[in-house]
Amino acid sequence: MRIGVLGLQGDFREHVEMLSLMGVETLVVKLPEDLDLVDGLIIPGGESTTMGRVMENMRIREPLVKKIEQGLPVYGTCAGMILLSRKVVDHVQPLLGVLDIEIERNAYGRQVESFEVDLSIPAVGEKPFRAVFIRAPKVVKHGARVEVLAEYNKDPILVREGNILASSFHPELTQDTRIHEYFLRMVEK
Amino acid sequence: MDVYKGTWAVKKGFAEMFKGGVIMDVTNAEQAKIAEEAGAVAVMALERVPADIRKAGGVARMAPIKKIKEIMGAVSIPVMAKVRIGHIAEARILEELGVDFIDESEVLTPADDKFHINKHEYKVPFVCGARDLGEALRRIAEGAAMIRTKGEAGTGNIVEAVKHMRKVQDEIRKIVNMSEEELVREAKELGAPVELVREVKRLGRLPVVNFAAGGVATPADAALMMMLGADGVFVGSGIFKSKDPRKMAKAVVLAVTYWDNPRILMKVSEDIGEPMSGLDVNELEIRMQERGW
Repeated sequence: MRIGVLGLQGDFREHVEMLSLMGVETLVVKLPEDLDLVDGLIIPGGESTTMGRVMENMRIREPLVKKIEQGLPVYGTCAGMILLSRKVVDHVQPLLGVLDIEIERNAYGRQVESFEVDLSIPAVGEKPFRAVFIRAPKVVKHGARVEVLAEYNKDPILVREGNILASSFHPELTQDTRIHEYFLRMVEK
Repeated sequence: MDVYKGTWAVKKGFAEMFKGGVIMDVTNAEQAKIAEEAGAVAVMALERVPADIRKAGGVARMAPIKKIKEIMGAVSIPVMAKVRIGHIAEARILEELGVDFIDESEVLTPADDKFHINKHEYKVPFVCGARDLGEALRRIAEGAAMIRTKGEAGTGNIVEAVKHMRKVQDEIRKIVNMSEEELVREAKELGAPVELVREVKRLGRLPVVNFAAGGVATPADAALMMMLGADGVFVGSGIFKSKDPRKMAKAVVLAVTYWDNPRILMKVSEDIGEPMSGLDVNELEIRMQERGW
């Protein structure tokens, strides 16, 4: 099993380091042809506009959408969640549009409002998960087929729709590998 | 449920999100939008770009609040702004305004000739300049969540940025091979806390994100800094002092992502219009890089 981490911009190194610690082979994906070499893909945190623009300029967006529609397991953190979403409220930017959620950007406030909190995420076990939210996107709408795996103040923060997983926080900035393990189980199936 | 804001993890983590990206100096809403469309990861809101600060002379201060607000309202990407070295009041004002990152910058005229801001006391994260590892670690000790190796701002000349990036990387490589007793002595030589020197040894890099800055004028300059180990690039005057800012901005963004792919670098360098004109650093009246203690 080889997991790709989209390396156009953002904290892809943190995802690669976490997967390596878990003994998983990784590949930093920067070109369309790299997509053929991976069994699953992580879209990291970073700036979603930047990643979206680079994807368009380098013609990665369309082949990636096709792969995901064909069943490639994909996990997006923060900016990755924005890119996977179908729509961003009041803002035009390139998206993959494969996950049936609507996003409001910076809805938790600007950087001074960024926060850490211990959350209950039953899907990955009883122990609370330290979730780091950085200028996090808020899920303001989600389709019927979207499963909400965790919430914070009644807003979905970890969601799944089939082969697509997305979180508005950054597990890769902690030492807790449980959400990555959950994603690997999705890939194995 | 306890919620923690302004923690080290949140400040340092935010800087990690900029990696592999370009932060562009802008002086109005229109430029900010051009930067966002080109794929900048953040913009630095300024009254003047460094090349014009250099020309104008006099005392350079924090940008007017109105200007920063105008830029914050124009884009969804993070907005940074500069304060003078040691100016704790300008810093409190920018934190209150809600800028996403503060640059305690030598490009402005220093307000304190001995002390930098104690950046631990703020919820907003700070980035600071450094010419060598000691300076970088002193800034981190004061709470900087991000470092940018200094070049010579506003010159369009990459030589100083290269010199300081090489210096920092060289000092890191030396530390990686040192024994514990050597680390203590090295901390003394560097003028930096030994705990941070130990962390550099453990990580093999700075404990926070390190961007290159000062003198980047072309996509090739940006790629050069990535090749030398930068996590990303600040471009000051280089975008909006070039003939075609839209093209230049887009090309620099792609050059930072694909710094290790000569085929793409060649392609993005092909049609960028004329870059900003450059200055010889030996003929400068003011060397901004020497500010900072």
